[in-house]
Amino acid sequence: MSEEVIKAEGLTKVFNKHLTAVDHVNFSVRHGEVFGFLGPNGAGKTTTINMLITIMKPTEGKASVLGFDIAKQDNNVRNVIGVVPQEYTADEDLTGLENVLLCSDLYGIPRKIAKERAIELLKLVELTDFKDKKVQTYSGGMRRRLELACGLINRPKVLFLDEPTLGLDVQTRVASWDYIRKLKKEFGMTLFMTTHYLEEADALCDRVAIIDHGKIVVVGTPEELKHSLGGDIITLSIKEDPDVSELIRAVENVKEVKNEAGSYRIKAEYGEVTAPFIIEALRRKGYTVTKLMLTEPTLNEVYLEYTGKSMRDAEESREAFRAQRITMRRARAG
Amino acid sequence: MSELNEHRAGRLHGIWALTNRELKKWYKAPVIFLLSIIQPIIWMGLLGKAMNIGALIPTNIPGIDPATVMKTVLGTSDYFSFMAVGMIAFTALFTTMFSGMSIVWDRRLGFLNKALSTPVSRAVIIFSKVLSATLRSMFQAGLIIVVAIAFGLQFGANFNPLNILGVFAIMFLICVGLSSLFIAITIRSTRMETPMAVMNLINLPMMFASNAFFPTKFMPDWLQTIAKFNPLTYTTDAVRQLLIFNTDWAQLAWDFTYVGIFAVVVATIGIVLSWRFLSK
Repeated sequence: MSEEVIKAEGLTKVFNKHLTAVDHVNFSVRHGEVFGFLGPNGAGKTTTINMLITIMKPTEGKASVLGFDIAKQDNNVRNVIGVVPQEYTADEDLTGLENVLLCSDLYGIPRKIAKERAIELLKLVELTDFKDKKVQTYSGGMRRRLELACGLINRPKVLFLDEPTLGLDVQTRVASWDYIRKLKKEFGMTLFMTTHYLEEADALCDRVAIIDHGKIVVVGTPEELKHSLGGDIITLSIKEDPDVSELIRAVENVKEVKNEAGSYRIKAEYGEVTAPFIIEALRRKGYTVTKLMLTEPTLNEVYLEYTGKSMRDAEESREAFRAQRITMRRARAG
Repeated sequence: MSELNEHRAGRLHGIWALTNRELKKWYKAPVIFLLSIIQPIIWMGLLGKAMNIGALIPTNIPGIDPATVMKTVLGTSDYFSFMAVGMIAFTALFTTMFSGMSIVWDRRLGFLNKALSTPVSRAVIIFSKVLSATLRSMFQAGLIIVVAIAFGLQFGANFNPLNILGVFAIMFLICVGLSSLFIAITIRSTRMETPMAVMNLINLPMMFASNAFFPTKFMPDWLQTIAKFNPLTYTTDAVRQLLIFNTDWAQLAWDFTYVGIFAVVVATIGIVLSWRFLSK
């Protein structure tokens, strides 16, 4: 099997001849990794995923999934991938099990095999007790898990997750990550996901591509990306008065020291290793460290560095969008 | 080369699953199911029995026999029988219209995209909508016939129970045609309002510019022309030929041909359009 499971070259999507949603994007996803697209709403993540899962045709460029061209061999692609969409697509009027079986019918899986698999998958996502209950009665987290089970019914080689935890509260989100990790381990799949949650990209992805205005600005492991910013932030205070900036600066791996009214803000590589050396250096000169805080840069700082804006701002509009979506779903259920 | 889905699915796989998904929403929801049963009864009771056209003809004028007048005008002496049959076409029109809307829901809720990402054929996605609407209408048509008989439908002189099969056949054709038409209207839409407005614009004129409730020969010329092209006119006529008239076989054959051509042409257009919009 080729190492590159997904390969995109100059992949472009233009809507209505002038709105470029995805702009000549190049990337490749390796076998067995979790590859994430991180970016705010409207950055082109969902459009990219929609092209890869063959429900949209690229305007320009090409891409392949497991060697199959997404435009020319779309039906082959559809057979080997699993898709967990952003929306809750499960039918509210049907039970969990009926929903999974409906998915299996779309893949043409014989009923007997489908039933075995469905039971097994529902157990895996811990919905066994609810499998005969209508989806209307499910909570958000349960619905997400049901979507996961549906996406896995054809034993996909590549699983696409579009905003897998959108609209979930923090606890449920963390629990969902565990499910995703567990499923990946169980089935040895390659995962392609999009997210606008920095913590999610950090927690789940082996490699992250930050996408903004339809372009990939940087690709790397979360660690690499954070390191590319030049290290961690150590904040410390000492009991004594004199300025010790020079003393700290002399410690190996320290990049920058700023004395902010008695509190020192230190930029250093490998912060967790460097901090003890700083304490030691200060102690030797007779100073006592009273307070120390180590902050590792988050992807938010990375995002800020590469796109020039904070991810948090973009999130606000996203929440409004989600609220609207929920209202609509309620309207239907009512 | 990686292995494909081990179950090589046929071209039509998934059609029953998707059709059944639509139907379940109907037969598994007791309220909706009950309403779809009660609705034709109410319509027939109200419209058919309230509009007692026969009573408008005075009985005290020598030389005018209301029954004969009705027979000449409507082809049957009983307006209720005439109207009850028109009701069948009416049901086809409205049931298929609501089914057309379901594709908008599927799009908005993401189910459509999900189905599109599976190996199920694009045509099957459309077919299943058409099929579920058709099955539903045919069920309701059967119900209307039963209710109409209970309310006193007067069969034609040469009525044969096998004619009921003919009614289902013509219902099948008109429903395939109409639901394809409505799906073609709704396929691009992401909101409910626009297709709803378009369909209402089409539906009522289609209903009244036909022979469903009133014979076309007394309509003004321009309206007669419209009615002449209206497939509902032919559907209703076919059902009347089969149930309440003295069957004119040549006319019946022509009715079937016309509705059949309508169904094939519109279904083809619907499928070609949907194909284009589902893969862009």
